[in-house]
Amino acid sequence: MRNFFILLKHELRMLLISPPTYIAAVLFLGLMGFLYWAILRGMINAPEESLPIVQFLRIFWIPVFFVVPLLTMRSIAGERSTGTLDTLMTTPTSRLAVILSKFAGAYTFYMLLWLATLSFPLIAATFFPSSAVNCNMLEPASIIGGFTFLALSGILFISIGIFASSITRSQLVAGMLSFTTLFVVIIGGQQLGNIAESGGDLSSWVSELVNYLQIFQHLDDFSHGIIDTRPFFYYTSIGMLLLGLSTLVIEAKA
Amino acid sequence: METIPSIRVENLTRQFGGLTAIKDVSFTVNRGEVVGFLGPNGAGKSTTMRILSGIMPATSGSAWVSGVAVAQNPYLVKQRVGYMPENNPLPDDMRVIEYLRFRAQLKGVSSRMLRDTVQEVMETCDLARTARRKIIGTLSKGFRQRVGIADALLGNPEVIIMDEPTIGLDPHQIQGIRKLIDNLRGRLTVVLSSHILPEIERSCDRVIIINRGRIVTSGTSDSLRQEFLPGNRFELQVAGTERSVTEALAAKGFKVQILQSETREDTILNLTLCAEGNGELGPQLIAALNGAPNCTLRSLAPRVPNLEEIFLEATKRSWEEIIDSSKTKPVAIAKS
Repeated sequence: MRNFFILLKHELRMLLISPPTYIAAVLFLGLMGFLYWAILRGMINAPEESLPIVQFLRIFWIPVFFVVPLLTMRSIAGERSTGTLDTLMTTPTSRLAVILSKFAGAYTFYMLLWLATLSFPLIAATFFPSSAVNCNMLEPASIIGGFTFLALSGILFISIGIFASSITRSQLVAGMLSFTTLFVVIIGGQQLGNIAESGGDLSSWVSELVNYLQIFQHLDDFSHGIIDTRPFFYYTSIGMLLLGLSTLVIEAKA
Repeated sequence: METIPSIRVENLTRQFGGLTAIKDVSFTVNRGEVVGFLGPNGAGKSTTMRILSGIMPATSGSAWVSGVAVAQNPYLVKQRVGYMPENNPLPDDMRVIEYLRFRAQLKGVSSRMLRDTVQEVMETCDLARTARRKIIGTLSKGFRQRVGIADALLGNPEVIIMDEPTIGLDPHQIQGIRKLIDNLRGRLTVVLSSHILPEIERSCDRVIIINRGRIVTSGTSDSLRQEFLPGNRFELQVAGTERSVTEALAAKGFKVQILQSETREDTILNLTLCAEGNGELGPQLIAALNGAPNCTLRSLAPRVPNLEEIFLEATKRSWEEIIDSSKTKPVAIAKS
């Protein structure tokens, strides 16, 4: 446990001193700021059903596809290819602490990036107070719900990235692998849902299962303030499973 | 406690799929010894070292580090072993002192002791004044190597294992590393591997030669000399012919074998010969050649075979054994 905190401190420090961190942050915030602005503009022209923050969170998958692979692909694959994973293994540190510290480091940064996007509605509300009230820009239920969703789904997404990084030596392969897996998990779930709806005659347990994998459905529920325990279970259990598997992988492939 | 060897290895075998990296390796290293692991590339040096430091499990066999079984208690073993891997991987974007602090913390040095411990190893490795706050990526290879050794020394290990510590260094740096190893002698058990032979010969008390995953031989370089290249060797320069030398020596009752002969100018020969006999052979040979007709002795010097020759001889012998055993097998089948 002590080693976990030492490693986490090291991870965060390395994130802070490496330039790619800042590049990723600038790109992420620039893109998201632009998208938020586009949403607000759209709302001026035509009235929309949902709140701007809900619409904004609905496009969470765009940054996830590039930020998560970029954040995690280096974590273990990079250490393995430079050989520093070996030196880490020679210290009395458990494998689990290594994986968990990598996960916690990337997760902290991922969440910090998302929290920084909260500044968009805040900025908009400071400069245009009247429209902020009209559009319910700072609706607390949606924000809390939406960010709970981000925090939960982040566990799954980051652990997918860590797992992809743990099974290979090449950062490129790790990045591609986590990108495609994320794509399948996020878009594939939605497609399954579409098929299930169009088919209509699926037995009840299959549609239950399909519903369980609907990440967009979870987002809608959370951002309307409905906090369900099933997604909690889905994201944390699969996340833990992947982190456990990564631990086994680095134990076997040391 | 005195009787427990620092490292004991018994019948260690490691296979990678169909490939056997090491087979039935057994040896012991006593406390305070500096032992050199010698072998050509791919002989199994790194594999043995990785198993000893607890990173890699063995396929079969057992290893103990100061009485603790590596397979059963890798956690405890890692606390007692300082390991420097091959090529000495280091993070390029950290400062030396930051890196060593981080490593010391990971090795369980308490935060109260941290400052002193790091300072101590930096002084031992001559890093304290010159490279303290430098970024590792900008260091020269010699300094990087020192950082690696400093890292291995952190956390008071009993055994230090270094995989090729002098690879790619210039002679000055090699000398520096050798001095450093000399400093550690007696305090710690040091195991190092190399294929730079003079290096091992100078810094190690004992040599273990390994080839094709098996231990070929082990001992001090003197005892290996006796075993692999017995007899007294001399290098002499004479004005005369090869035949006149052998005849002159045979007349005095010396049994000699000419190993190497090289003609310099027209009549001057450089000979390397192996003579059998006891006592001071040098003066006797000089006396024998002095009175000889048709040949004049110009110089004579005893020649001590260096580790390189021993190594070549030992690995050659182990190759021959392998070839012999593979040859004898079909014959045995044919007979039956």
